[in-house]
Amino acid sequence: MAGEPRVIAPPVTGWAPGRRKGLWSLLGRFVRRNPSMAAGIGVVVVMLLLSVMAPLIVERDPQAIDPVHRLHAPSREYPFGTDHLGRDIYSRTIYGGRVSLLVGSAVALLSMACGVFFGLLSGYFKRVDAIVMRVMDGIMAFPALLLAIALVALLTASMQNVIIALTVVETPRATRVVRAAVLSLVGRDFVEAARALGAGAPRILLRHILPNTIAPLIVQGSFIFAAAVLTEASLSFLGAGTPPTIPSWGNIMGEGRQYIQRAVWVTFFPGLFLSVTVLGINLIGDGLRDILDPRLARRM
Amino acid sequence: MTAYLVQRLLAVIPVLLLVGLITFALLRVTPGDPAAVLAGEHATPENVERIRQQLGLDRPLHVQLWRWFGRLLQGDLGDSLFTGYKVTTLIRQRLEPTLSLAVLAEVIAIALALPMGILAAWKANSWVDRGVMVFAVLGFSIPVFWLGFNLIWLFSVTLDLLPPAGYTPLSQGVWPWLRSLILPAVTLGLIFSALIARMTRASMLEILREDYIRTARAKGLAEKVVLLRHALRNAAVPIVTIIGLGFAALVTGVVVTETVFALPGLGRLIVDSMLRRDYPVIQGAILLAASAYVVINLIVDLTYAYFDPRIRY
Repeated sequence: MAGEPRVIAPPVTGWAPGRRKGLWSLLGRFVRRNPSMAAGIGVVVVMLLLSVMAPLIVERDPQAIDPVHRLHAPSREYPFGTDHLGRDIYSRTIYGGRVSLLVGSAVALLSMACGVFFGLLSGYFKRVDAIVMRVMDGIMAFPALLLAIALVALLTASMQNVIIALTVVETPRATRVVRAAVLSLVGRDFVEAARALGAGAPRILLRHILPNTIAPLIVQGSFIFAAAVLTEASLSFLGAGTPPTIPSWGNIMGEGRQYIQRAVWVTFFPGLFLSVTVLGINLIGDGLRDILDPRLARRM
Repeated sequence: MTAYLVQRLLAVIPVLLLVGLITFALLRVTPGDPAAVLAGEHATPENVERIRQQLGLDRPLHVQLWRWFGRLLQGDLGDSLFTGYKVTTLIRQRLEPTLSLAVLAEVIAIALALPMGILAAWKANSWVDRGVMVFAVLGFSIPVFWLGFNLIWLFSVTLDLLPPAGYTPLSQGVWPWLRSLILPAVTLGLIFSALIARMTRASMLEILREDYIRTARAKGLAEKVVLLRHALRNAAVPIVTIIGLGFAALVTGVVVTETVFALPGLGRLIVDSMLRRDYPVIQGAILLAASAYVVINLIVDLTYAYFDPRIRY
């Protein structure tokens, strides 16, 4: 991909410029053309709403312990059942979405920002490239979860440190995407023209190159989001992520592990929400890729 | 070929050095006093000092670096802070379940993914193709541990067919060993096959558009021969590449799967060490995983010549 000139196509999804149409018909057209992406957006919006409005939706305190009602099967009173301490799995699952979406979006945004920084520099300056990309290759040789485990062991298990660890792990992927885009742009006429007009490196990078790297970066960002949600859940499941004082899909399932033979619902419902959310994000990512990066879409 | 081999082997050395350097740096660049963090919240000052000395953190940085690489070259990964055993000994003890699980899962994944990918590309845009794509996106989205729990619930708790957890060593017979690994290997293999199936389909789709495929069909070759001998062979390079790159995902999956099924492998060792802040063990394990990743991808590179004779070194 590097070195080839490429033009990033304008978004050609649902709207026809020039003709005024009702919002609903535009929406209908988008859904017809990109049904799976629309489904993904729907899922993520619902999950977002549930997380934001958790205190309004849920009646029981997700941390409230009720020894009398331990390991209750799902019933009218406890729609998702209760765990070994009698805590309501429904409340915990709804609240757990907050952690996943917060960590996922923070990691996606932070690693995209780091990716822009390192990617622009290493795509434009050969000397920086040699060092930065070697380090990125080195980081990518480590399985993401293991590197995150090592980092969390050295820091302490808190949501903030999980975000830092996952950002370190995901930054190389964002950097590579930006760097590849920069490399394909530096030889193009408009960059040459800007340079001939006396623009310095910061201006060329920020005004002329950066806008053209956004499309592939956003596609990659959505996959980083999905990966971060999964890795956070895995870390919390293993006991190294979100501390037990905050319910998260991963740590609910980690605590339910020992009760799988008697109370499958403790692991089933948080995992279902987790899977559906990650699926939704992946569908959005696939859809964005088809729209923003048609060359790549043909390959996968 | 020999010259290329030597050149490739030499190219791996700086990457391995870098992997060692990153592992070394992890402990030193984290904010705060690492010895105090590793000793835990309620540690005595003596304890902190003991850990500091054991890890050599009391010496100047360049001395530490020199000692670190000197020991690495001798295959010494240090001692566990918790048990006092050598890290290499601990790792060797845990290798069998992990390797068994990884190899079985890989075999299952390839056995599932290749037919799915080939069929999907052959019948592009059919319901088979759509089914495979749905399977692939599900495989990317469903966490290994959730799939594992659901399979335990179905096959162990409800149907009572397979053990829900635990590992039987190979020395106690092949069948008991296999029985203890079926569920974990299928869990991991299913997830891992999504990656390979997707790449197989993409690679086959591209090849099936080539002129020589049309020629092969035109001269009346059986479709099976066209697909397997002409197309798959040519599509093999990206498929083998993704299997190599997927090793990192496989390791991640192994760590989580071992926890779900209570297998006493390397993954469990890593998680237990993390919970005890036994950093030398984690350090040794991630170094091993990263080095294995580099070496496996070197081997993958070297297989290209076999799959595509046009590649000459």
